[in-house]
Amino acid sequence: RAEWAWPVKKTLSKTGVKNIVLVDGVRTPFLQSGTTYADLMPHDLARTALQGLLNRTGIPKDAVDYIIYGTVIQEVKTSNVAREAALGAGFSDRIPAHTVTMACISSNQAMTTAVGMIAAGQCDAVVAGGVEFMSDVPIRHSRKMRKTMLSLNKAKTLGARLALLGSIRPAHLAPELPAVAEFSTEETMGHSADRLAAAFGVSRREQDEYALRSHSLAKRAQDEGLLSDVVGFKVPGKDIVSKDNGIRPSSMEQMAKLKPAFVKPHGTVTAANSSYLTDGASAVLIMSEEKALALGYKPKAYLRDFVYVSQDPKDQLLLGPSYATPKVLERSGLKLADIDVFEFHEAFAGQILSNLKAMDSDWFAKTYMGRTSKVGSPPLDKFNLWGGSLSLGHPFGATGCRLVTTVAHRLKKEGGQYGLVAACAAGGQGHAMVIEAYPQ
Amino acid sequence: KMVTRAVAALSRFTIRARCILFAARSHVNCEIKGDVAVIRISDPNSKVNTLSLQMQKEMTEVMDEVWGNSAIKCVVMISSKPGCFIAGADINMIQACKSTEEVTRLSQEGQKIFEKIEKSPKPIVAAINGSCLGGGLEFAIACQYRVATKSKTTVLGTPEVMLGLLPGAGGTQRLPKMIGLPNAFDMMLTGRNIRADKAKKMGLVHQLVDTLGPGLKSPEERTIEYLEEVAIDCARGIVNKKLALTKEMNMMQKIQDHVMSYSFVQNRIYSTVEKKVLKQTKGLYPAPMKIIECVKAGMEQGPDAGYLAESQNFGKLAMTPESKALVGLYHGQVACKKNRFGVPEKEVKTLAILGAGLIGAGIAQVTVEKSINTILKDITEEALNQGQHQVYKGLNDKTKKKSITSFERDSILSNLTGQLDYSGFEKADMVIEAVFEDLAIKHKVLKEVEAVIPPNCVFASNTAALAIKDIAAASKRPEKVVGMHYFSPVDKMQLLEIITTDKTSKDTTASAVALGLKQGKVVIVVGDGPGFYTTRCLAPMLAEAVRVLQEGVDPKKLDSLTTGFGFPVGAATLADKLGIDVAAHMAENLGKAFGSRFGGGNLELLKTMVAKGFKGRKSGKGFYVYQSGLKDINPELKEIVESYNMMPTPAVSSDSDVQYRLISRFVNEAVLCLQEGILTNPVEGDIGAVFGLGFPPFLGGPFRFVDNFGADKLVEKMKTFEEVFGNQFTPCQLLLDHAKDPSRKFHRLIH
Repeated sequence: RAEWAWPVKKTLSKTGVKNIVLVDGVRTPFLQSGTTYADLMPHDLARTALQGLLNRTGIPKDAVDYIIYGTVIQEVKTSNVAREAALGAGFSDRIPAHTVTMACISSNQAMTTAVGMIAAGQCDAVVAGGVEFMSDVPIRHSRKMRKTMLSLNKAKTLGARLALLGSIRPAHLAPELPAVAEFSTEETMGHSADRLAAAFGVSRREQDEYALRSHSLAKRAQDEGLLSDVVGFKVPGKDIVSKDNGIRPSSMEQMAKLKPAFVKPHGTVTAANSSYLTDGASAVLIMSEEKALALGYKPKAYLRDFVYVSQDPKDQLLLGPSYATPKVLERSGLKLADIDVFEFHEAFAGQILSNLKAMDSDWFAKTYMGRTSKVGSPPLDKFNLWGGSLSLGHPFGATGCRLVTTVAHRLKKEGGQYGLVAACAAGGQGHAMVIEAYPQ
Repeated sequence: KMVTRAVAALSRFTIRARCILFAARSHVNCEIKGDVAVIRISDPNSKVNTLSLQMQKEMTEVMDEVWGNSAIKCVVMISSKPGCFIAGADINMIQACKSTEEVTRLSQEGQKIFEKIEKSPKPIVAAINGSCLGGGLEFAIACQYRVATKSKTTVLGTPEVMLGLLPGAGGTQRLPKMIGLPNAFDMMLTGRNIRADKAKKMGLVHQLVDTLGPGLKSPEERTIEYLEEVAIDCARGIVNKKLALTKEMNMMQKIQDHVMSYSFVQNRIYSTVEKKVLKQTKGLYPAPMKIIECVKAGMEQGPDAGYLAESQNFGKLAMTPESKALVGLYHGQVACKKNRFGVPEKEVKTLAILGAGLIGAGIAQVTVEKSINTILKDITEEALNQGQHQVYKGLNDKTKKKSITSFERDSILSNLTGQLDYSGFEKADMVIEAVFEDLAIKHKVLKEVEAVIPPNCVFASNTAALAIKDIAAASKRPEKVVGMHYFSPVDKMQLLEIITTDKTSKDTTASAVALGLKQGKVVIVVGDGPGFYTTRCLAPMLAEAVRVLQEGVDPKKLDSLTTGFGFPVGAATLADKLGIDVAAHMAENLGKAFGSRFGGGNLELLKTMVAKGFKGRKSGKGFYVYQSGLKDINPELKEIVESYNMMPTPAVSSDSDVQYRLISRFVNEAVLCLQEGILTNPVEGDIGAVFGLGFPPFLGGPFRFVDNFGADKLVEKMKTFEEVFGNQFTPCQLLLDHAKDPSRKFHRLIH
């Protein structure tokens, strides 16, 4: 009778499928690029996150079977940043490590790779994480210059070398800068977001309001100490950093003053309603349930079904969540209404609002997703309640772990059972994962 | 539930009632959004909007209402048709006019409407998505402000010159002021389409709007809505003085504008442009000179004189045979873009091409561009490599010109498979062979192919001269065999000549035409016979050209005589391009088939050239020597020609005689093709000659030429030639019939 009165939601455990748990997750404070972390290197941030995870979980340094990191813009000196960071963090040098890349869902890919390894019985405990360092990016010589310099290595005589040096023209000296643009379409992501917002009829005002909400919620979460995944970082030669520094609740009037950043002069995406360039790293400890229990842990959550999707990188670049959400819910046998906690990656306010509208449209579901009806739009009172990428910051490779850890923490705090993570990524890709609270 | 249903019914009723209220207007609709009037244009009877009489009438009415309504502060002009703002004036409206004065009046009415638009006290913003051409462009540039989408379909231009006309509704007066003399001349004299981004740089439009992808409506629909939203903001911005109407100019543009304001600079431009036009048109096309005249009148004597010159010249041009011929070609081209054989049972999804030479690779390029799986097969790796490189280069050039991105290029190329064997042919829906022009080889590949292809697969032969029924003789299923004669370079030449035999099934023909149209070709379908239609017309003209050379006319002179008549390429240059070996082969084959009628020049002359390695352009030497981009008369040619020397007959050897000897043999053969049923109709004959062989476009094709020149006059000329040269100039029966009865015309008379 009691069960009738208070229906308890079923567990998503499946027979024959290993239960995989999130033991814990941490991250460095996310800082606007060019601030306190400016003189570091990417592996320094990743190392800090790993050390934070070691301290937080107290796991023996040789109890981990594998380490996987996600990153987007690679520092060429540390292209396998997972390995460099692990060595410096004091993990046993006997633990293999590799780096994955999948744009803004790189650390999601690191986590699901870990899940796959555990599910396949190859590992029992894996550390997954992500790092992004935008304070320094690889700026290259031009292709012409590179070609000349490489030929210079091969030139045997002084005359040949001088001839090569003499062939250098001013045009050779123009550097090549990395851009947050699609290689296939040459369109910057902000430009695509502006077109997306226009396609879904999302107004400037709606975007500014959403961005303001994100910053206000993040501020409150920070002030109330809810962002417990953040670990302090003593930056060499500088102060201890213990807080994200991009949270800035403004006013609608202030935000309205900004000019559009990408589509001029009539665009709607501005610096204030977009996520900003961020430095930061994150890490999570993932284990099979038996292993976690055997080591005496009380896991935070189960990592359940996940999906990856991809669409047209030109016109549907940022619609990943719309495609991934119904698909992952279907896999889990859940409806949108069953979800207690939503954590979506906020690349742009316009992108989030467009996705919400897409998910709420039967026409879109039928015309573009081949579905019979819409999945529905997540209610905002369950949605990104502790801020999001717009306010907390978005270190491309590190955001995924933040989303999963936040879902686990929110489920616990809010008493929910199911959480949903969804994110879009460059290349027109997307990801979603269902997370279940670990029984208290 | 009942209540909502009732409300829904009621609202439906009111919508219908409103429709009835405005039913009188079918082309132009006006919605008032606060202080902005949004005028939407859509011709209910056509895929495109044209400035028809009905459109003009409704537009005038609506504008009068807008100007009379004090609540309206500004206007947005937009089309609700995706892909078309206004495609131009209604050609039929101009064709319906019977006199110069009538056309001049049309022009003046247009000028008046646009003058009112230009002087509108309420700013008008033209919101352009899709084609904005001719009268449509003149309308847009009369508006105070222009916003255009970046869509690939958005093009601006003044194509009137291609119809032998000029922009007759203020275009010649407004364009030079807006974008400067050089750009204005470039647009008006070439008629080329300007893409949106270029138009912005030129100052032709003020603002660009991105195209949108999927949202809550279809991308096309939402893009138009978005364009309208932006245009409304612009219109209000102009009213509130937040948006300046003067274009932003950089220092370079300012200096340029200043320099251009000097009359001696302007005069210099006029004379340069005039010289260039004369050189290119040989004075055969009246429209370009009239365009210059109108611009000059406006710049030198002021707007009144300019507008008057424009309307009068427009009237004059519309009555010229040149314009009528070009308009006829336009209609013919439209007709040849339709499949009169219906929809084929099976769409071609996989095409296999045999032979990766110039033509084979060209066919491959235009096919992969349409996302059709294409197998390109050759017998040697070297030939295959060259063919694949040609396809890559063709596409990469487009990337360099930025008409496609490198990713589009790569994804187009992914449709191409190069191979040396017949694997995958079992999935082919059609095979086009483009192997060497030799019946034995064609039979060999036909048999090999038929052993591997599925039963419903069409076998098409790309040949310029071999009879298709001879090729089909080796086939187990002749109903599936058809000829597809492509022209080189395939990616540039618009024509495709399809040849059907008595046995070719209708579905096979439909399938070949459908593929050709998909490849973007203008398609004519002709009967089987030696040389079909195009080669058969060309051969006697080339035979005559050889005779002319033997008579002591050098290749340069021959070229200038043919280009002077209006051919884009001279006869000698054309033979070099075609290949002297190919020309000799063709002449020999057709000579065998048609006998002495195809004689004239001595075939041995060509054969001697081939023997010496003078195979034309491809071998670096032919009638000309081609070296590092330059061409000069082949010095060794003289000796060969002298050994075949012929004495010219003075009575038929003047420049004009030579021209008519060349052209009359071409035209007579074309008419004979119609008489014999090789051609189904004169329209395809004209299109084939102009688009495949470069027959002078201003003459409209051989049939239009006979209509305009007079069959009797042509027959008379031929008879004089006949007396000297014999049966090569005997007019065919159909031509004689037309000569006898001047009321008989190949084309329906246009006033």
